[in-house]
Amino acid sequence: MLEYDFMINAFLASGIVAIVAGAVGYFLVLRGQAFAGHALSHVGFAGATGAVLIGVSPIWGLLGFTLIAGMGMGALGQRLAGRDVAVGIVLTLALGLGLLFLHFYTAYATQVTALLFGNVLGVDRATLWTLLALGAGALLALGVIARPLLFATLQPELAEAKGVSLRFVSLVYLAIVAVTVAECVQIVGVLLVFTLMVGPAAAAGRLSTRLSVAVALSCALALIEAWGGIALAYWTDWPASFWITALSGAFYFISLLR
Amino acid sequence: MTAVEFDNVTLALGGRRILDAVSIAVREGEFVAVLGPNGAGKTTLMRAILGLVPAAAGDIRVLGAPVRRGNTAIGYLPQLHRPIDGLRLSGWEFIASTAQGHRWGIPHLDARARRDVAAAIDLVGAGDLARRPLAQLSGGERQRIMLAQSLLGGPRLLLLDEPLISLDPNHQQAVVELVSRLHRELGIAVLISAHEVNPLLGVIDRVLYLGNGSAALGTVDEVITGPVLSRLYGAEIEVMRVGGRIFVMAGAHDLEHAEHRHDA
Repeated sequence: MLEYDFMINAFLASGIVAIVAGAVGYFLVLRGQAFAGHALSHVGFAGATGAVLIGVSPIWGLLGFTLIAGMGMGALGQRLAGRDVAVGIVLTLALGLGLLFLHFYTAYATQVTALLFGNVLGVDRATLWTLLALGAGALLALGVIARPLLFATLQPELAEAKGVSLRFVSLVYLAIVAVTVAECVQIVGVLLVFTLMVGPAAAAGRLSTRLSVAVALSCALALIEAWGGIALAYWTDWPASFWITALSGAFYFISLLR
Repeated sequence: MTAVEFDNVTLALGGRRILDAVSIAVREGEFVAVLGPNGAGKTTLMRAILGLVPAAAGDIRVLGAPVRRGNTAIGYLPQLHRPIDGLRLSGWEFIASTAQGHRWGIPHLDARARRDVAAAIDLVGAGDLARRPLAQLSGGERQRIMLAQSLLGGPRLLLLDEPLISLDPNHQQAVVELVSRLHRELGIAVLISAHEVNPLLGVIDRVLYLGNGSAALGTVDEVITGPVLSRLYGAEIEVMRVGGRIFVMAGAHDLEHAEHRHDA
């Protein structure tokens, strides 16, 4: 399996993304913002198709749109809490916009499937380096804000009283989420971002009472799911994204038994 | 020196005057119950002491210094608004997230911070509770953990916002006894807001009753009287004492209990 370059690239790319998604996603679940992550990926779809239309690599359009939307959400902060309807409408609007962009750029059916459901076996060297740089940036930023982020998440009123700027922390965190979403789309696609960002984190959160253990477990589960999915895809010739979602679902449901 | 001093303080939220030219002084080491109808400004008062709500007029002094945000000499137990979700993080993690939580970096505690957390947990006697997932604790147990968190860093003033809300009488009593013991042992000033005074009778030094934009601070006998409360509620209030308990009545309604039900 490892005699093929595209397989090595797939393992490396999904490995990078899994670790970032596992760590960033844990806080997403903790903050009850899983839906925001889902919405960001849909907004990214419009960005990616728009980028293709004007001849730019889709990852940059994706990243641009998720970043703008993520920071917008972060700036709105508490006012966005419980606005499921508003978020839902923005995400469908973005998907619709993506559809329109595709309408004008008809030649790209495989590209659409790749965007929606991922194409981990098609990752090239250049994309790999981009993923590594973005992932390192996201983890570094998370490392800087993790402590106030945790405080603001678990006890917002108290954190505010102790001088933490809830809005700033939320803004930076959602920017990190936006980058992570853009990374995940390269592996599992716009529609399946949940599987790497939320599935492992939710399972890990149910399995440990300790923060450090839960974050490490979240990363480990994401890694097992991503690599396991690719290996199973190699042996069965079924889509890798399917296997990743299957493993992610299986781990989550097993964690529920506890 | 006073623990909290309001000099002609006006607090406004969204254009509405919560407190209007109020002057009060809570002494150091004093245990004061903050009472009043819903919306009277109990939470706003605490947020003002924390520096989160600026005074529209007047001066607020906390422990002898002008009010400021991020004052580590204040311990704070916010009212729980958010249901705690299905994650299994332990009580220890909640307490630990408070220690140095405002600093940048990854949430790792050094040895000193760990000792602080352990000492705070010891103070409230929550050693076993702290290892269990917070989401699985009862309301009273959770308040015990949250109290430990408010004691981190050795505060000289504790602000407890409705710690008794939605607890049954037994658990209310346990929390009151715990707070009373902490107040005696640590010798720190405590402001505790509540819907009714009865669970706190016998342990508090004075009450601060808010209503109608004004405030009355004094002993239970001075403040919880028909004339004073009629002024604060802006309605005819009758105070009845039955078997060591106090009932605040407007017409045939028991106000404090009615509010309690309303909120729970």
